[in-house]
Parts: sequence; C-alpha cells; structure tokens
Amino acid sequence: MNKILDFWRRFRQNRAAVGGAAVLLIVLLVAAFGPWLYPTDPFDMVGRPISAPFGKFPLGTDISGRDILAGLIHGARVSLLIGIVASLCATVIGVTLGALAGYYGGLIDDLLMRSTEFFLTIPSFVLAVVIVAIFSPTVVTVTTAIAVVSWPSVARLARAEFIAQRDREYVQACRAMGMADWQIVLLQILPNALPPVIVVGSLMVATAILTESGLSFLGLGDPNVVSWGYMIGVARTVLRLAWWMAAIPGVTILITVLAINLVGEGLNDALNPRLKQR
Amino acid sequence: MSPATLSFIVRRLAQVIPVVFAIATMNFVLVHLAPGDAADILAGMAGHATPEFVAQLRREFGLDLPLYQQFFIYMGKLLRFDLGFSYIQQTPVLNLILDRLPATVILMVSAIILAMTLGIVAGVTAAMRYGSWVDAVISVGALIVYATPVFWLGLMLIVLFAIKLGILPSGGMIEIGSGKSGLAYVLDVVWHLILPASSLALFYVAVYARLMRSSMLEIYTFDFIMTARAKGLPERTVAWSHAARNALLPVVTLAGVQLGHLLGGSILVETVFGWPGLGRLVFDALLQRDLNLLLGILFISSVVVVFANLLVDLLYGFLDPRIVHK
Repeated sequence: MNKILDFWRRFRQNRAAVGGAAVLLIVLLVAAFGPWLYPTDPFDMVGRPISAPFGKFPLGTDISGRDILAGLIHGARVSLLIGIVASLCATVIGVTLGALAGYYGGLIDDLLMRSTEFFLTIPSFVLAVVIVAIFSPTVVTVTTAIAVVSWPSVARLARAEFIAQRDREYVQACRAMGMADWQIVLLQILPNALPPVIVVGSLMVATAILTESGLSFLGLGDPNVVSWGYMIGVARTVLRLAWWMAAIPGVTILITVLAINLVGEGLNDALNPRLKQR
Repeated sequence: MSPATLSFIVRRLAQVIPVVFAIATMNFVLVHLAPGDAADILAGMAGHATPEFVAQLRREFGLDLPLYQQFFIYMGKLLRFDLGFSYIQQTPVLNLILDRLPATVILMVSAIILAMTLGIVAGVTAAMRYGSWVDAVISVGALIVYATPVFWLGLMLIVLFAIKLGILPSGGMIEIGSGKSGLAYVLDVVWHLILPASSLALFYVAVYARLMRSSMLEIYTFDFIMTARAKGLPERTVAWSHAARNALLPVVTLAGVQLGHLLGGSILVETVFGWPGLGRLVFDALLQRDLNLLLGILFISSVVVVFANLLVDLLYGFLDPRIVHK
C-alpha cells in the first residue's frame, strides 16, 4: 500500500501525465460501458446518409446512414482491446527472449539478438499487412500480427536489463545458495528489470493502436466489428462532401494515443526516478 | 580509403547475406502458412475445376514435392531474381515492383530530407530557448504530431489545401493529360509531392525534434560549450556550430534505424494520395488478394531497407571521422 502511495505521489508530479490518465480512464469507461449506455448498433442504418453532426444524431451519420457516435463507442472497445492485448503479448515474448539472451549470453544471445535486429530492420507494417492478408482479417489475426512486429524493442531492452543485473551480488548469492536458473530469472532479476519494461510496454499500446488503425484503414480490419481506422477509410470516399466524417474518428485516435503517451512518460518519471535528470 | 575502412565495408556487406537469406526464408514460411496454394487459387479462377486438374497444376508448380525440395527451388528462383508471377495482373511480380519502386523512393527521400531539416531546426531552437514559451510550443506540437495517424493527417491536409483552399493537387504524381516534359515535368512532380511528402514527414519531424532537443541539452552540459561561451562566441554560433554538430549523430542513427518504419508510413500515404508507388501496389494486391505480389513486395522492400541501412552505416564514418571501424 505504501508503495502504491509512493508511486502515485511521484506520478502526480507530472501534470500532463495525470491529465492523460484522466482522458484514458474516460476512454476505458466508454469502451467498457458505452455500448450499454448508448445501445445503437454501429452497423444499423438509422437515418439519412451523410447527415451533419449536432442534428438528429450527435455526430452525424456516415455514407450508409450509420450512427457515427455509435461507431466511435464500439470502436473504442476494438482499438483498446487490440492495442492492449497485442502489447501484452509482445511484452511477454520480448521479455522472455530478452531474458534468455541477457542471462545466458553466448550463442543463445547471438542467435536471439540477430533475429531481434532482423525484425527491427524489415518494414514491420508491410509484414503486418502480409500476415493479416494471408490469414484473413479477424481481431485475432490483427492482434497477432501487431504482436509479431512489436516484440523486438522490448527484447532489446529486457536483454540490456538482464545483462546489467546478472552479475550483481544478489544474483551471485542466489547462485551460491543453489537456486535454479528459472527461479533467479523469474523471481529475482525480473522484478528489478520490470520498471523500464512497463514504460516501453505502455508506450507500445499507443503504437499498436496506430498500427491497427492503419491496417483497418487499408481494409484489413475484422469485418464484424467497427474500428476507428475503418471509419476513416469509409469516410475517405466522401471527403469533398463531408470532411468531418473522416475528421471525427481521427481526432478520437489522436486524443487516445496522446493520452497513452502522456501516461507512459508519467510512468517513466514515477518508476525510473534515476533517469529523470531534467 | 584506408584498409580498415575497406575491410569494414567488406565485412558489413558480408553481414547482409544472412539477413537476405532470412528474409527469403520468412517469405517461404509465410507462403506455406497461407491456406490454399497457387493451384487452388488458379483453379478457383478457372471456375469449375476437377480434382484431377488441381492435381495437374500442383505437379506443374512442383507443389507435390517434399517441402525441403520446394525450399531449394524457391531459393534458386530468388537467386535469379525470379519472384514468381502475378496471375491476376498477368505480369512477373518483379516487373510490377520495379515499375513502382522509384516513386516510393522519391517520396521517402523527400520525406527524410524534409523531416531532418525541420526536426533539427525545431530541436535546436527548442534547446536554445529551453524553458521558454517557444520550447513549450515546439514540445507540445511534437507530442500532438507524434500521436497523429499518418493517413489521417494526409486526408486532413487534402481537405485543407486541396478542397478548401484549392492551392495544391489532392493526389497523383502528375497532372493527367498535361503532356509536360523536361523541367516542367519535374516541377509538376514536385508540386504533387508537397502534400504526400509533408504528411509522411511530419511524424518524423516530431521524433527528430524531440531527440535533437534532448541531445542538445545533454551536449550543453559539456565543458567545450562552456569554453566556447567563455570565448565570447555568439550563442547562435555555439548552438549551431558547436553543439548541433555533435548532437546530430543520434538523429542520423535513428533515421537509419527507422527506414523500415518510414516505408510502412509511405504505404499508407501513397494509398491516401494515389501516389503510384509500392503502397498503391500493396493496396491493389490486397483488393485482388494477390498474395504472390504481396510477398514479393515484402521481400523487395525488406531487401531495399537492409541495403539502405548499410548505406547509412557507411555514410556514418564520413559524418563523424572519429568513428574507427574495428
């Protein structure tokens, strides 16, 4: 409890991060409860196509007469779900590989780091496009594709942390006590290596949401769910007629991603106080 | 060129080989993970296909061979730059890609130059005025741009500059049917390039500005800056000639590392602006479910990025003569 209070005290000092956290909380609540509070189906044709915002429908309707506000609310669910789950998977993969490479070193390290560099170099968005295109777009394939292209940065970071820790005295003490490698890695080093990983993982959610929106803009979204990128893609065809139709979901993405980035920087300040010089 | 540099270049070139091999292997794996093979697709296109016909197609394509044999055949073809055939466009995949690659390269290079210039100026300015309102505006602006989806930014720029103000073209690479040539043609392309290059560049302007700013602030704490100031040099000279030159290196490194990322952005921007590069090809391939073409694009774009990275590494030594190739 004391630790949480301490964390909050430090997080609170970054005003922007607190603002970001508040916005993010609202988006999370909308994603969780919005569909109940505003039960309009985002796929239903509820009114005249392309009606402007602030009329019968709070944010207007799209080219098929679907309620844009309903789309935003349901889209929040998809964007956050994919962003968070993909980042979690990428973090777990990255930490596992980074820990193995950093703790054992040698051949394992060489092999894992070469593949990490490989995935860092190749155009990750193109790879994600190909993966989703091959396996047909569903929430699961989109999430998997984003996780597959996102883990390398975590792996690099985790490796550096494990290298920094593996020869510390407490680790040597554990070895002297005859502790198994997996116990040392999981129970001793990992908790110490975690703070920077949490920061990178949280910032990754923002990137993942941007990637997801790009994929669904290209038509590589799950056809059974509404997402923000898909809404922009639909609105693109009537840009001359109704620019606001593309503007609204874009602003939503921008605000959400900005909020996550601010929270990430706040986490950095709170979790890695040593790194904060200025 | 010193022997050390030469051996560095040779070694760096040798490192490219396993990477290209890995890209090819990944492509092969992806082909075989895909549900259905070329024979299924062709048979589907032919309409009613008997199982005998599909089996015959499989034999023709060597799809009935053991996996390892198919792998060797695939690699052999790649060595001869044979990326397969796009049955939908009835053209070899490589030709389709080579046709479109120059437009993408033009877009990416313009975006990098634009992003570097603006990002460095913004970052140095922010650092020079650390803590002032100028710094605050640049930092907040960078945060917002950093969170903006690149394709959406493109659409909004079209709305503003092409639809509302009507001063820039909304898409394409040249004015259709204008029949321009020579300098007029080049200027027309540049004219069409302004919006897509700006859309693609803006995200990196934010990235470079932030990095340049923090890099400058770090350099400002070094003794040689204090010396320069003590000599009575104007602050402008201290910032640009002394600090910025040294702060530049991380920015160049990052620009090299992010080439793959830039290519991803380029695909989205090209789709928005109808820019006739690889991105549009990706979009068309997606619409027509042309997997052969998609995989070819993945292969070629990866190879291009790997070689561009190599180039950045080599240029690095020229930029900073202190770097000794061990």
